[in-house]
Amino acid sequence: MKQLKAKIIENRMIAQGFYKMRLRSECLAKKSKPGQFVEIKCSKGHEVLLRRPFSVHRILNGGIEVLYEVIGRGTKSLSARGKGDSLDIIGPIGRGFEFSGGKRRALIVAGGMGVAPLLCLAEKMAKKRIRPYVMIGAKTASHIICEKEFKKIGSFVIVSTEDGSKGNKGFVTGCLTALLSTINYKLSTIYACGPHPMLKAVANIADNHGIPCQVSLEERMACGVGACLGCPVKIRSGGYKMVCKDGPVFDAKEIAW
Amino acid sequence: MVKLETKIGKLRLKNPVMAASGTFGPEYGELVDINKLGAYITKTITLNARIGNSPPRVCETPSGMLNSIGLENKGLDDFIKNKIPELKRLKAPLIASIAGDNANEFQELAKALSKVKRILALEINLSCPNVKHGKRDFLIAQDEEATYEIIESVRRSTALTIIAKLSPNVTDIKNIAKAAERAGADAVSLINTLVGMAVDIDTKRPVLGNITGGLSGPAIKPVALRMVREVYNSVRIQVIGIGGIMDHKDAIEFMLCGASAVQVGTANFVNPTTSIEIIDGIKNYMAKHKMKEVRELIGALKR
Repeated sequence: MKQLKAKIIENRMIAQGFYKMRLRSECLAKKSKPGQFVEIKCSKGHEVLLRRPFSVHRILNGGIEVLYEVIGRGTKSLSARGKGDSLDIIGPIGRGFEFSGGKRRALIVAGGMGVAPLLCLAEKMAKKRIRPYVMIGAKTASHIICEKEFKKIGSFVIVSTEDGSKGNKGFVTGCLTALLSTINYKLSTIYACGPHPMLKAVANIADNHGIPCQVSLEERMACGVGACLGCPVKIRSGGYKMVCKDGPVFDAKEIAW
Repeated sequence: MVKLETKIGKLRLKNPVMAASGTFGPEYGELVDINKLGAYITKTITLNARIGNSPPRVCETPSGMLNSIGLENKGLDDFIKNKIPELKRLKAPLIASIAGDNANEFQELAKALSKVKRILALEINLSCPNVKHGKRDFLIAQDEEATYEIIESVRRSTALTIIAKLSPNVTDIKNIAKAAERAGADAVSLINTLVGMAVDIDTKRPVLGNITGGLSGPAIKPVALRMVREVYNSVRIQVIGIGGIMDHKDAIEFMLCGASAVQVGTANFVNPTTSIEIIDGIKNYMAKHKMKEVRELIGALKR
């Protein structure tokens, strides 16, 4: 984890409200692992006070990419930053996905913006010649992000939308259940990121099938390093763990859903 | 040659900049040279472990943030057994922040922590807005008698420097500060956070799991400055200024209003090296204004 300045190479809208930002940083490129995140100071002054956490979306030669949706003041301010601007970043932070390669089959489940850390993971898998199943779900067709990128590296992509405007109609968890009824899922691992109710459903499916499951969680954060105790997640053995320091990736069994 | 040394009770600090309780920890060691700080204040320690409040615990508000952590900590025994060895490696003076439900708990904490060599002072957290103390439905720091009772009982339990941390959620903070002074506090630190809340109009729910939380950050600085000046003018013990300090200019404003030292809190989240930059900034300011000692800055506000 370092505090550093990184130049914006590109910050462009890839779909209505969704942005992709490419940053130059040898350090982040070298140190980042799939599932880790960075804390970005979004505005130059203090109009946006706290840093905002963003998953490492892709690890490139000499830099990283982050993917974000403009929701509040932080992301709005970030979307206005231009090429050549320098951003104050702390990262890489947190515990990422555990992935050792080998013969395990990888099942990736992404809900909406949940694709952000999972493309990074799939690209790492591709380097080890592993072709994961990737299930992407969203409200509607225009919110399906990264389908092309996953296909490009040889993933088996299954798309679903809640309104049926693209792919299967329904929740992404429906695709997961359907897939599990057609493949031999012994020796599989599920990697999931998305809204809390979706992750809860995925964890439940994984548990019922006896499949190990890693989930990447999201919570409002202040410090990002484990000092303020502002981003708790309730754990099954009692008490809380911090999403920033103990996660953001957790074994789904650890969480008190 | 500018001298940055300052005094808080029996404690001599090499400079007047401290990291505020609950906003800083050894976690920052990778990003900041913690040993440069005038002092480092621990997250508040309670006698028994506290699980903390339900999430969400933080949210940003205009020029500030709300938090409702709820004093999550593993309790006194765990602190002594597991945290002290880690903190021992720090050279910056260590101040332990403590909170209890009643005088007995405060005394027990004070006695136990006074035996820990590395701890040089106690900050008595009378003012966390996110927890209820025993059967009281008010904060200790909202009541003169309760403040006197707690500080006096801690005074009888320790020879360490005692700092009483005061709440801004009061009618007249001067009276509370005077009660702490009468009871034997060596210094007062102020202000803790202002009670506030945030609402999500889409869900029609409070943003924080605890409904209310403590407001901190630049938004509260004017309130904090006013209170520091009021308290400085009404007690003889040292005043430590806290509230929305983001840079050396803010810190100097507090010192002009009478603060012998300052604490940096929320700014640590924004930029972890803020405190270190403030130390250099104060030094440069003093050199420019031909001041040799911090004393010349404390309370130098003209009217």
